[in-house]
Amino acid sequence: MSSNQVIHALYDDDDTLLSAVKSIREKKHHIEEVYTPFPVHGLDKALGLADTRISIMAFIYGCIGFSVAILMMNYIMIEDWPQNIGGKPSFSYLENMPAFVPIMFELTVFFAAHLMVITFYLRSRLWPFKEAENPNPLTTDDKFLVEIELHDNEKELNALLKETGAIDITTIEKKSDHD
Amino acid sequence: MYTFTNKLRNFSIILMVVGFLGLVYGFLSSPDTVAEAQAMVADAHHGEGHGAEHGAAPHDTHNDHQSPSAHGEEHGEDHHGEHLLHQLQNKPWAALYVAAFFFMMIALGTLAFYAINRAAQAGWSPALFRVMEGITAYLLPGALIVFVILALSGMHFNHLFIWMDPEVVAHDKLIQGKVGFLNVPFFLARALFYIAGWATYRYFSRKFSLAQDQATDVSNHKKNFRISAAFLVFYIVTESMMSWDWVMSIDPHWFSTLFGWYVFASMFVSGITTIALIAIYLKSKGYLEKVNDSHIHDLGKFMFGISIFWTYLWFSQFMLIWYSNIPEEVTYFITRIEDYNLPFFGMLVMNFIFPLLILMNSDYKRLNYFIVMAGIVILLGHYIDVFNMIMPSAVGDQWFIGVPEIGGFLFFFGLFLLVVFKEISKAPLHAAGDPYMGESERFHY
Repeated sequence: MSSNQVIHALYDDDDTLLSAVKSIREKKHHIEEVYTPFPVHGLDKALGLADTRISIMAFIYGCIGFSVAILMMNYIMIEDWPQNIGGKPSFSYLENMPAFVPIMFELTVFFAAHLMVITFYLRSRLWPFKEAENPNPLTTDDKFLVEIELHDNEKELNALLKETGAIDITTIEKKSDHD
Repeated sequence: MYTFTNKLRNFSIILMVVGFLGLVYGFLSSPDTVAEAQAMVADAHHGEGHGAEHGAAPHDTHNDHQSPSAHGEEHGEDHHGEHLLHQLQNKPWAALYVAAFFFMMIALGTLAFYAINRAAQAGWSPALFRVMEGITAYLLPGALIVFVILALSGMHFNHLFIWMDPEVVAHDKLIQGKVGFLNVPFFLARALFYIAGWATYRYFSRKFSLAQDQATDVSNHKKNFRISAAFLVFYIVTESMMSWDWVMSIDPHWFSTLFGWYVFASMFVSGITTIALIAIYLKSKGYLEKVNDSHIHDLGKFMFGISIFWTYLWFSQFMLIWYSNIPEEVTYFITRIEDYNLPFFGMLVMNFIFPLLILMNSDYKRLNYFIVMAGIVILLGHYIDVFNMIMPSAVGDQWFIGVPEIGGFLFFFGLFLLVVFKEISKAPLHAAGDPYMGESERFHY
């Protein structure tokens, strides 16, 4: 079977990579994955990936943090142990609200940032001590790798990739345990 | 090349005429005597007792310095009437001053934004330079009008700046201590110095910008870069001092060390919003074909970000004073919360909560009508912000957004449109010679 055969094309420049991705997609080849040493601006659009939804999650996480801050400060400062600070007795949340704004702000940011990172890790299936998935260690240095599925069209693809400026092209059998 | 249409010219002239009539009405209907003033208030409040309110603590400081007869305890009644008279006489002046300052502030904020783009050699914005240059054309006339109002205050035509009244200073230890800085000749000389500096930079920057269109090398661009960097240094000092002089000194007992930044944030966001609105207007008329959604998106990001920055500074100022609760400081906010409750908190909704929610989504910032809608609310919100800075010390609780206030706003709005669009029509909208123009044309997010 050829479906678990993939071709790895290596590039040494992000601009070359971007135009290569565009021309590969124009020829209707399916790009399985692209490995890059750093985020390449515009690559998601060139690959035709759906827009990220993490900003919506960020908003929701921020709202959770905001609510947690209000409930927490209301419990700590108003209900559980009201104190008279600077002539402002803590009997009402609303009247003491300006004092809690920095906490509300910080917890909003804290929740949004941390939960966003955790979400990103979960969606990318990353966790501590996980074995690296990138097929070529050069992609952690200065090379860019495009992985394309093969469907008995090795010759045609090889020619196309050469044309787009790939510096190295290898065909490999993919281990099937991944699927 | 943009042509200033007759329709728009007539519209701005009509605005000016209507606004002028409103201002004249405001001046004519202000009372001349104490009895008239009291009758006006009695009418407006249906005979409700007004004296009780005025006995409240935050007003005492104002009473002391706003009326020359304040130093006789036995003149209790007269003192109150005199104070009221001054407030009502100040009202049309304050309406004029707030509007004049607000539109001058838009031009000054735009000039700062323009200089930052020049000094940072920004690649995205050259497509918008001609719009910014058009808006900053209003700076010189606008600032000169503000200067004339300040000079008239110095000549005692009004009581906007109570420290200008020698009678008040004679009985006020705090103001006596500040006379070295707060005296009319030095005050006006400083004002001229600021205006001269801003206008000089604006003149040369515009000149180099136009010269660059025909140039074969980038020497004009480099000159513009250098003077912009120098201007920013000059600007951040003079803008801060301008805000102490022209706004903060209206309340000469009170001071805040971040007031300059606060006023800066307000003018910066107003300026950026105006750039976006005028760019969208010109685009809708078929001009500015190089300006794309990404440019508007970036302006939208600035509107969103600087609105939050403004709130941050506003809150930093408010919370420290609210928390420490020192009488001479906190009186500033007590007056605003008690007498200006709606504009004070309404401004927070308009300048913070509304743009925060409307402009948060990335896609909305690419929709012109969202930017226009948010922009109008932000501009009105910052008008109210200036209103809140000036009115409480000028007219106390006698404020109202009525004929003179709306008239002042419309008059300067008309003048602003007239000056800005006339300048925009004078040069090609496309700054063809700018070395970063290519980058700006290709700019996409």
